[in-house]
Amino acid sequence: MLNSNQSSEHASRRRVFIIIFIILTGIIFLARLFYIQVIDHRYKVYASSNVQRTITEYPARGLIYDRNGELLVYNEPYYDLMVIPAQVGEIDTTEFISLFDITREQFDNRMQSARHFSRFTPSLFQRQISKDSYAAIQEKLFRFPGFFVQPRTLRKYVHPIAAHTFGYVGEAGPSVIENEPYYRQGDYIGISGIEKHYEEELRGHKGSRIVMVDALNRAIGSFQDGRYDTMAVAGTDLYSSLDMDLQIYGEKLMQNKRGSIVAVEPSTGQILALVTSPGYDPDLLVGRVRSRNYRMLQADTLNPLFNRALMANYPPGSVFKTANFLIGLQEGGINANSTYSCPGHYRSGGITIRCRPHPQPVNPITAIQHSCNTFSAIQFRNTLELPKFESMQEALTNWRNHLMSMGFARAFNSDLPHELPGLLGSADYYDQVYGTRGWRALTVISLSIGQGEIGTTPIQLANFAAIVANRGFYHTPHVVKAIGAPDNLNPDYIEPNYTTIDSMHYEIMAEAMFETVEAGTGRFSRIPDIPMAGKTGTVQNPHGENHSAFIAFAPVEEPQIAISVIVENAGSGAAWAAPISSLMVEKYLTGEIKRGWFEQRILDAKF
Amino acid sequence: MNKYYIPSNMRPQLSIFKNIDKFTVLVYFILIIVGWLSVYAAEIKDTHQSIFDFSQHYGKQFVWILTALVLAVVILIMDVKFFPAFAYIIFGVGIISLIGVLLFGVTVNATKAWFHVGGVAIQPSEFVKYATALALARLIYESKTRTKTFQVIIKPFILIAIPFVLVVMQSDMGTSLVFSSFVIVLYREGYISGWLLLLGILAVILFVMTLLVNEFYIMGALTILGIITAIFLRKKPSAVKQLLVVLILVNGYVYSADYAYNEILEPHQRLRIAVLVDETVDLRGAGYNLHQSKIAIGSGGLTGKGFLQGTQTKFSFVPEQGTDFIFCTIGEEWGFVGSTLLIGLFLTLIIRIIILAERQRSSFSRVFGYALASVLFFHFMVNIGMTIGMVPVMGIPLPYISYGGSSLWAFTIFLFTFLKLDSRRLDLL
Repeated sequence: MLNSNQSSEHASRRRVFIIIFIILTGIIFLARLFYIQVIDHRYKVYASSNVQRTITEYPARGLIYDRNGELLVYNEPYYDLMVIPAQVGEIDTTEFISLFDITREQFDNRMQSARHFSRFTPSLFQRQISKDSYAAIQEKLFRFPGFFVQPRTLRKYVHPIAAHTFGYVGEAGPSVIENEPYYRQGDYIGISGIEKHYEEELRGHKGSRIVMVDALNRAIGSFQDGRYDTMAVAGTDLYSSLDMDLQIYGEKLMQNKRGSIVAVEPSTGQILALVTSPGYDPDLLVGRVRSRNYRMLQADTLNPLFNRALMANYPPGSVFKTANFLIGLQEGGINANSTYSCPGHYRSGGITIRCRPHPQPVNPITAIQHSCNTFSAIQFRNTLELPKFESMQEALTNWRNHLMSMGFARAFNSDLPHELPGLLGSADYYDQVYGTRGWRALTVISLSIGQGEIGTTPIQLANFAAIVANRGFYHTPHVVKAIGAPDNLNPDYIEPNYTTIDSMHYEIMAEAMFETVEAGTGRFSRIPDIPMAGKTGTVQNPHGENHSAFIAFAPVEEPQIAISVIVENAGSGAAWAAPISSLMVEKYLTGEIKRGWFEQRILDAKF
Repeated sequence: MNKYYIPSNMRPQLSIFKNIDKFTVLVYFILIIVGWLSVYAAEIKDTHQSIFDFSQHYGKQFVWILTALVLAVVILIMDVKFFPAFAYIIFGVGIISLIGVLLFGVTVNATKAWFHVGGVAIQPSEFVKYATALALARLIYESKTRTKTFQVIIKPFILIAIPFVLVVMQSDMGTSLVFSSFVIVLYREGYISGWLLLLGILAVILFVMTLLVNEFYIMGALTILGIITAIFLRKKPSAVKQLLVVLILVNGYVYSADYAYNEILEPHQRLRIAVLVDETVDLRGAGYNLHQSKIAIGSGGLTGKGFLQGTQTKFSFVPEQGTDFIFCTIGEEWGFVGSTLLIGLFLTLIIRIIILAERQRSSFSRVFGYALASVLFFHFMVNIGMTIGMVPVMGIPLPYISYGGSSLWAFTIFLFTFLKLDSRRLDLL
């Protein structure tokens, strides 16, 4: 045994050790607390991400109406089934998979990937459950804790028309998300057509709410009484310039044909109908079936995704004579009284252009009326060889500038997507092909009848018809008439664009086109009681049957509609494109078709 | 007999509160009020906002506090001789209750440690700490004049081992380890040498290191250290021999520590240790609690979010927010400043008890005081340590703060018994 002195000495040393040990523990704890509470800021970030959930409120996308206020495009609610794995308890899996019509493996896989993503935050379990399916599911959903639905909307179309014009909506891709801060993963964005061009109007503004959640992700309340919450603002409605009935009718007429119809209101440039055929049902490119259907359409040999009305590049053929005559009249290559006789062909310098028999002789009006190639070639050459032009280059450039003022060889860059400019031979081009001194008027003589180095799109032709209808100007063709309200006109297209041809020359061509329909190549398509002006075109096609083309406007005085029709590989303009134009004009101006047999012939035709 | 001794029956009984250490009582009151408010802050619900809502923990805690104060008064009224006289009997009752709970108890959270008596759950193991402290004090008091032979030394260890084993059988690892805190008492009383204690601490450090570092690296490092020491000691062959033995033993320990960790510990016990070593382990499971606990405390910052303004505990991110993880609420709402004050309060209380224990004339009172200080310290260290990721998660409450009747009653009886002993320190020898 220790003696008592030693013992108390030991005891007091031990007491000191014990107290030091206890104080040391306290100091270590305080150091640790100082570190995690004061120095390390991560825990504050973790804490707010723990309790704050930002919930996005998706606005309804703007609706699209036609020019008369008829609904064309709207939104249909659907539901995404979400799951929070940590909240999923014991559920009747058999009932679940039969309710949602999935397999056991799908169920297991989705649960596993959801769990892998996060046990406590919602994951998408099943995309796009329709309204009808949801009705059946809704009353049973309570039996599956941890599952809930999130409402979204999808585009829905009243009629399966104008797919190219409307375009489509899809989830924003990674590059969009990177470049535009508005978009987040899973947001929708307009990818083409009106949906793309008017994306900012249509999308509205997303709102967001910050809610406080507890550990089971149950909403406890709003964060700071909603001080940082924003309401979703619904997208702006658009009033398309399309006439729903006319669009439907145009698509019906173009069934089983390849080609396009473009109808414009001349006084405004508003597009009344924009038909491309073959087209597709816009519903195909909505929702979860979109990418699959898109691939299917892409693989289709008829190329339904190709928007012929804006992108197809046809030589205009005889339709183009009208434009050439206007330039000739303006420059003095011909005048209103110029008269030539047509021997059935134009022959010069080893070049022959054949013509069909028609009454003799011809002046600018009758030359259009009967589509005389000889007169066209003579006036074209006269115009290019006018002494005021110092060179062929200057003459051709002048010719080309006139055409560009009429909207050829360039894109309108309006609200129409993926528009192509067409093409028009330039002096530089011919210099390259033939050498600076290697070409003359005869070299390019085929341009006189709209063949050769010339490509025009159907919308350019319709616009040209509108220019003649307006006697010298056009409003840029566009497809959205008003934004937000029917009378809130789209401000971008109000200013008229004047061409470089004087109005009086258009009067001559308007009369010529009227005569064409009254008693010329287009006479079979004359509409009783409606004075229509038109010009046929039969486009030579080295790859097969000629394309049938026609431009028209009506009525001749105070025109309400200008139109271009192209039917690929159908033959003469008079036989197919002109009757289709005539039916469209009749439909638009009178609202009905009186010539049943005439319509039936078109509906039955297949090319 | 001391010359100042006046038999108690001859002194005027002015008050039962006479000679009670007022300072300790003040700290006690501060702690239970802080505890009550913290339980309220941790568990307040929109539907039950009154702190006196008896359907909620905070309402019930008020009842526990009132009854605990009654118990405190009862303890103070009792004759001080009762405690040494009945120490063994109380211990015996405690042991029987532990056996009873194993036979007839209710399982809560995988721990079979509860009696249900008329709708109230009582956890006997909380009281057995007190009973063991009494018995230990009595045992050491009785053997104070004896030579410390092996038989004398082994007795207190056997005494502590009995409740330890029984609580282990309840699968309550945390509470059972509380009994290991009595080594502090035994160290103070000279039953354990300082070197042995130091060796124990080193063993723990080595054990943790084997989890952090591949055990062969540690063994290699120790061997190199041994060789360098041996070069210095080359003049003393006997020292080198001893060094060799120590080296082999230590290396064997390091090797077997890793084995013990992997083969002997249960998977959930391994995880509780693993999450301390690596923050990113099992964030969805065992690591989740610790991570959330640290988030709650860490987000409090320097001065905290303010009373009732905490979000992490109230929204149940932190588990057991009113009981074992109550410190999270304090850390979150009162920040570093509040945490420091609370830690300061506990250190003050524990050190005050040690100072009081040292002034006892009777070794019974002294040992009992040290036992109280040791148990309080162990609870304090493990409970706060686990919330900040320094100690494996063990379900033991923070004394006077955590919600729970058994814990509050037991610690109140424990403290006031000691204060009673202290107030009559001149009566006891």
